[in-house]
Amino acid sequence: MKELDVILDKNGLIVAFLIVGILTWATDVFSKKALNGRIPGSALAIGLALVLGYLGGVLADGDQGLADLSYFKGLSILGGSMFRDFAIVATATGASFLLIRKSGMLGLISLVLGIGLFFGMGVALGWMMGYRDAVSLCTIGAGACTYIVGPVTGGAVGASSEVIALSIGTGVVKTISVTILTPILAKWIGLISPGAAMAYGGIMGTSSGVAAGLAATDPSLVPYGAVTATFYTGLGCLICPSLFYLVLSTLLG
Amino acid sequence: MIKGLALLSFCFISGMWCGAMLGSWLGIDANVGGVGFAMAFLLVSKEYVTSKMGWNEEFAFGLDFWNKLYIPIVIAMAASLNVKSALSSGLLALLAGTLPVFLAFVVVKILLKQVNSEK
Repeated sequence: MKELDVILDKNGLIVAFLIVGILTWATDVFSKKALNGRIPGSALAIGLALVLGYLGGVLADGDQGLADLSYFKGLSILGGSMFRDFAIVATATGASFLLIRKSGMLGLISLVLGIGLFFGMGVALGWMMGYRDAVSLCTIGAGACTYIVGPVTGGAVGASSEVIALSIGTGVVKTISVTILTPILAKWIGLISPGAAMAYGGIMGTSSGVAAGLAATDPSLVPYGAVTATFYTGLGCLICPSLFYLVLSTLLG
Repeated sequence: MIKGLALLSFCFISGMWCGAMLGSWLGIDANVGGVGFAMAFLLVSKEYVTSKMGWNEEFAFGLDFWNKLYIPIVIAMAASLNVKSALSSGLLALLAGTLPVFLAFVVVKILLKQVNSEK
């Protein structure tokens, strides 16, 4: 056992690949078998990871979640800001000028409307719950957009680990609520045409939530919702830590 | 593969540089939208490369690998954050994750009324 200990200790990043892989596999199976694929596996995995981060923090009495336990310290390398920002930039691969033309003016309007609405509501709720500094409020507002925009913004403006965790938690709750509410409210909002799905994707933004919600409503609409939702995270990562942060820090002095 | 990865790295570094420059120019100690700039650069240079050399599987793989790794990275990050002290504000996460969604559905309904009636 001593040999294994040394190997696990020396290869933290590789151990992190293994842990995240097992976690993803387990939540995928659970999502498909127990929930009929109704809630995206990725949202479940991130939610479960937050729970594990809590347990790690309690067990090790530290402030780095599960990474405080020596076997799991590689998680803080894999989940560190360098790899995170690099991988998020790579998601722009999915976008192209063709897609931008396809989503057109309606797509742009819905994206701006959606990001503004979620960010504004997030900031307002954060303010009501007692946060007063521009950095924390901006991160919480960004987390209300998606669980990616939250940590990217938090990392860029220098938010604390605690606030970043809060922003991811907010984003995960949003993804799950969009997924559950879409099939229920689809008729009421008039989600019946490809154009409607594009506008809906741009406003809701969370790509996994939009895809899962549309799949439960009408599978033929999924690609149209995905066109605009693809740009939501990218646009959010661009304007939350820049324009929105400047506005907030000016307003708050 | 490594060419695609190198292009990604180039876009990443120049985007981050723009973000840092913009931050210091505006006089705030933050990387202002570096990730967003980098994404815009990647979008433009990917279009340029594809139009010059056509779509190359091997080249795209270097980008796609990292594209697919982003959810696992977010999982690792979520597990290594200070969740313990964030829990006291758990109610905020619940409220900020649900209330705006309800409002957004109302906005979609209003917007779609216009879209659907135009046709």
